[in-house]
Amino acid sequence: MVNADPPVTVPLLQMQGIVKEFPGARALDGVDLEILPGEVHCLLGQNGAGKSTLIKVLAGAHQPDEGQILLDGEPISISDPVASLRHGVATMYQELDVVDGLTVAENVYLGHELATLGFSQRREAVRRTREILRRLGHSEITPGMEVGRLSAAGKQIVSMARALSHDARVIVMDEPSAVLDSEEVGNLFRVVKELTAAGVAVVYISHRLEEIREIGDRITVLKDGRTVGQNLPVSETPTAQLITLMTGRSVEYVFPDSDAPAEGTPVVLEVDGLALRGVFRDVSVQVRAGEIVGLAGLVGSGRSEILETVYGARRASAGTVRVDGKRLRAGSVASAVDAGIGLAPEERKSQGLLLDEPVYRNITLSTFARFARGGFLDERAERTAAQEQADALDLRPAGVDRAARTLSGGNQQKAMLARWLVHGCRVLLLDEPTRGVDVGARAEIYALVRALADQGAAVLVVSSEIPEVLGLADRVLVISEGRVVHEGPAVSIDEHGVLDLVMEGSVA
Amino acid sequence: MSEQEVGDPRAAVAPSDESARVEKAGASAGSSRGRHLFSGSAGRNLGLVVALLLLCVVGFATAGERFASVSNLMTILSLGSVLGVVSIGMTFVITTGGIDLSVGSVLGLASVWASTLATQQMADQYGWIVMVVCALAVGLAAGVINGVIIAYGNVVAFIATLAMLVAARGLAELIAQRRTQIVDVASFNDTFKGNLVGVPKIVWIFALVAVAGWFLLNRTTFGRRTVAVGGNREAARLAGINVKRHLVYVYALSGLTAGIAAVMILARTSAGSSTNGTLLELDVIAAVVVGGTLLAGGRGTIVGTVLGVLIFTTLTNVFILNNLDSSVQQIAKGAIIVVAVLLQQRLARRST
Repeated sequence: MVNADPPVTVPLLQMQGIVKEFPGARALDGVDLEILPGEVHCLLGQNGAGKSTLIKVLAGAHQPDEGQILLDGEPISISDPVASLRHGVATMYQELDVVDGLTVAENVYLGHELATLGFSQRREAVRRTREILRRLGHSEITPGMEVGRLSAAGKQIVSMARALSHDARVIVMDEPSAVLDSEEVGNLFRVVKELTAAGVAVVYISHRLEEIREIGDRITVLKDGRTVGQNLPVSETPTAQLITLMTGRSVEYVFPDSDAPAEGTPVVLEVDGLALRGVFRDVSVQVRAGEIVGLAGLVGSGRSEILETVYGARRASAGTVRVDGKRLRAGSVASAVDAGIGLAPEERKSQGLLLDEPVYRNITLSTFARFARGGFLDERAERTAAQEQADALDLRPAGVDRAARTLSGGNQQKAMLARWLVHGCRVLLLDEPTRGVDVGARAEIYALVRALADQGAAVLVVSSEIPEVLGLADRVLVISEGRVVHEGPAVSIDEHGVLDLVMEGSVA
Repeated sequence: MSEQEVGDPRAAVAPSDESARVEKAGASAGSSRGRHLFSGSAGRNLGLVVALLLLCVVGFATAGERFASVSNLMTILSLGSVLGVVSIGMTFVITTGGIDLSVGSVLGLASVWASTLATQQMADQYGWIVMVVCALAVGLAAGVINGVIIAYGNVVAFIATLAMLVAARGLAELIAQRRTQIVDVASFNDTFKGNLVGVPKIVWIFALVAVAGWFLLNRTTFGRRTVAVGGNREAARLAGINVKRHLVYVYALSGLTAGIAAVMILARTSAGSSTNGTLLELDVIAAVVVGGTLLAGGRGTIVGTVLGVLIFTTLTNVFILNNLDSSVQQIAKGAIIVVAVLLQQRLARRST
């Protein structure tokens, strides 16, 4: 274990030798964590390393089987979420834990309503909520708004406001930036700095190393439920070392060589003047066989909606989509799938997979009827076809009979790709292909996407990570406020260029 | 595509060790045998079989030969047949994550419509098939209406089928004018009353429907779509499955089974009455859920449903043989539902 020098200050919170066992899996196997007052402590680790379980133990959602938690050097027990809050630990979960039907203020004070003799003090709650939202730089969200009407980013703000409404000494943030765009991330960081200046400690979980570089003080790295690196100073720890600790091996985190197809290659996907009322308009793009085209833009720019409309999951208000020159029926997923379009959606778990069904049935979800004879399934043929693609994509574990739930994020994404490979699709639409995929598996996904393109697929990819779009795609369309503001080769533009265009687009 | 073809050397990555972790998890989950025995679909059904056997032991201990006789077995089976057929349809509905509260009323309506004077006169003329077609058509039509309102009208299944429950009962009363219509069609009675190879004909119908339902759910594209729609509706839609159309089919199937059950009621009681099937929906839902089909959708079991039906029917039988109050029986039923569902949750948590 890599261990930096012991700290001078008395730790605010210590977790020592935490063990948590679930039936059939040891999620935490002796984790140590030490948090100083006023620091931003980053928790790093691949998916499945135990980060989420650890913060759930801290939040009182799970009881540890072994180990102890010390607050100001005194052992405490966190038997339930209320106890956790009483000890001054507030948690913002990655899954948005807000109630859609309640107002912003009601959500912020959910579970600790302001009340006198059982009568709720609504005005006071509204006042304080407005105050917190102003601190967060989100005065446009009013306390009386219904949370269900907010975007994912808005809900994240509410979740953050709730954490702030407790007079917490430690605030745990589980991937808070995942649904935020760069400006909102800036706001988040400003608030984090305010908090730490006031002596509050922040436990910050993120996959984005550049964020950790910007805001973190010290890093604890988890791997396979164990602490493998503790209290590493952010400023002095090279990225390569962090990745080595996280993966237990050295990874070259790079994109595959781009070899754009020649001019004469046939156009497979042809989108012409596509529009979705109130979201985007006049989007035209042609994708050749073997070409990867990226859509870059901020959250809310309409990128994902463009993919979904091309796919027919939303009904276009104008424009056409053609595959190999054949026009698709608007608003019909079946028509798109028949024509050979496949979509790997943004939210794999909620939009892509049947988590409790075996992997092979997930892989053949679009094709099982093709294997069937007279309406009767041929599961053997399905399993064979699924296994073949799973092997080709190097799915791990390789067996296709286990439940999809048991796969890691990267392997779930491979299962989605395998679905469309079995289908034999000509056009692949990828929405956030590496969200929730750990660093090691990302490079693999990139290589797979490139390999699929090399085999003749036309790929349209959307990502909120601009470097990902630029690194993966041959050609890039920059989207701002629902319009294409730039189109050109990926090599001729960099991240700053894209952001400039996006800003210009919003001014215009 | 082989490893080599993907293998742009710069992008190549050593295998992640996550796989090993998951394998380990699988192995240790299976290592405890008792756990293993009761997890998985076979294990859940085994629990139901044990419960059924226990009930039989109690029945034999308290009622002796009166319980353990072939004729009593046939009584139990024919009692359970109507409930059973409707439960098969309901299993599909619940597997999609829906609910059909209207089955009892639709059964009542179909039994009344198929036994009106006019229908019976036509049946006298053209044969029993007229009554059967009438009952099935009424059930199917009610199911299609349910399905269209739910799928294309975006009305919650609970509300849509609650409306049908009320409306179908009202229509049945209107048609029957609150009189019981005696079935007096010789060909119908000849065809559906009595035994075939020593087993009541309505039991044969139940067996046929159950076997067909099992194949439909487990071996056909229809069943796969049902599970997919219930397991993750959005994923099913984005995979290219026509979710709305499929929901209409599933509610139509439920209506159809209510129609079949109406024919069986007419065969068993010879009475078309607007009160037929009153509160049947509750017994049906209880049987399906106790059988192990998830109310949340995504998992359905026909074998479990059949066992659930047999458990409730045998319970009723044991109570009747012991001359116990039907009120006590209701309490026992309630307790069984709660215990069964609690057990299932416990087992489900262990197996994941």
